[in-house]
Amino acid sequence: MMMSIGAVAAASTLDLLAYSPPGWGATLLKGLLNSIVIALGAYGLGLLIGIGGAFGKLYGGPVLKDLLAVYTTIVRAVPELVLILILFYAFTGVLNEALLAWGFDRVQISPIVTGIAVLGIVQGAYQTEVLRGGILAVPSGQIEAARAMGMSRGLLARRITLPLMASNALPGMANLWLNATKDTALLAVIGFSELTQATKQAASTTKAFFTFFAAAMVLYLCISLLSTFLIGRIEKWARRGQRDMRG
Amino acid sequence: MTTNAQTAEQPIAIRVSGLLKSFGSHEVLKGVSLCAREGDVVAIIGGSGSGKSTMLRCVNFLETPSGGDIEIGGEKVEMHADGSPSNRRQIERLRQSLGMVFQNFNLWTHKTVLENLIEVPVHVLKCPKDEAIDRARKLLKRVGLAEKEGAYPAFMSGGQQQRAAIARALCMNPKAMLFDEPTSALDPELVGEVLQVIKGLADEGRTMILVTHEMKFAREVASHVIYLHNGVIEEEGPPEALFGAPKSERLKQFLKTVG
Repeated sequence: MMMSIGAVAAASTLDLLAYSPPGWGATLLKGLLNSIVIALGAYGLGLLIGIGGAFGKLYGGPVLKDLLAVYTTIVRAVPELVLILILFYAFTGVLNEALLAWGFDRVQISPIVTGIAVLGIVQGAYQTEVLRGGILAVPSGQIEAARAMGMSRGLLARRITLPLMASNALPGMANLWLNATKDTALLAVIGFSELTQATKQAASTTKAFFTFFAAAMVLYLCISLLSTFLIGRIEKWARRGQRDMRG
Repeated sequence: MTTNAQTAEQPIAIRVSGLLKSFGSHEVLKGVSLCAREGDVVAIIGGSGSGKSTMLRCVNFLETPSGGDIEIGGEKVEMHADGSPSNRRQIERLRQSLGMVFQNFNLWTHKTVLENLIEVPVHVLKCPKDEAIDRARKLLKRVGLAEKEGAYPAFMSGGQQQRAAIARALCMNPKAMLFDEPTSALDPELVGEVLQVIKGLADEGRTMILVTHEMKFAREVASHVIYLHNGVIEEEGPPEALFGAPKSERLKQFLKTVG
């Protein structure tokens, strides 16, 4: 009797996680895909902001430096959840106000775009600081050698500073990537159906909370493990030419 | 200004006149001049803090002068009244004709030796890659590093790194070479191999300005020697005169201390 209940429970758990209805597998995987797309998009946007921000903070004019200082200070001071709420409502609100003022209709912005923009702005602030630290750690002689040979600023940044900075910045940048994957869960508060939101929906409908949140946990863990593996490969590549300092 | 008799008719490669440089209120160069004709080897000597490295670094604007004139290959560098260069493109172009060798080698650590050599020829001078690699290999052979082309700088000795750095500068086909204390960071037993390469360049008639602590070497390779003291040229002339019969008390004292 006991055994058959166990067997039924196991069977129904698998049924719940099945890909097609009544299983919720498809919903979870769609949530996972959304999470990954948002994380990649936000990280990419953050990288653009971060590279620009780091160079701006180091080599920009006084006004640019001040603006960047305000940006990184505020974004890093406010809890991400609060920022997401503020930026989400402000972003869409301000945009629509502007559109109305110019005589256009309101628009509904795709949640993916909003999610990427909001998390990208958060990522950008942290990446600015990590990349700035990475650039500062590049030996100045190597930059000087490139200048002495007549490299233009753009070429120097692309061919010398950025690759040399990469190995310095990678551990910090890897942390930020893992943060980006997990921060997507915060988008559940604005009702975006990423993995956590999809899990909540599945769990509250079926009341199988443990099953679904355990499944979500495994999926997040998979992202993290895959990321760690890839980061290891990238780090090995970025550290080419360096002696192993561990002795 | 005196120049070597053999090169007196040659066009002027580098001319510096009335160069001033201050760091804040500290005056490092108080109006120094230098003239290197093609084929000249000008050695700048002087005690620590005399301004000799600063003078060299002003030639390719790694330091921004506070005043004076600089002319490279007959082209006057455009400067603001305060001495700062007013045309960044011109500076970049002129720098491409000057091969600089640093005290600390400054090879790019993320690139192999061969990649270090072809970086500027390919990406700045737009030379075809095969051609640059050919030239790089010949230069590496010349400085005795043919078998090191795939090595990363961190895995080479100081002497090897400096020879690679000289090859890197030569790979741009520069009109003149600037050496900023090229052997000062080397272990004594590695100095010889680097000086030998530099001597080879002098012998083939390359124009060079050399800041050095190696008095014997300066005497051997230079066509003209400048002794700097506290940002002023205290004495200058052909090496035999300067080292053989120094006139100023300070130079006599200096030569005595450095041996």
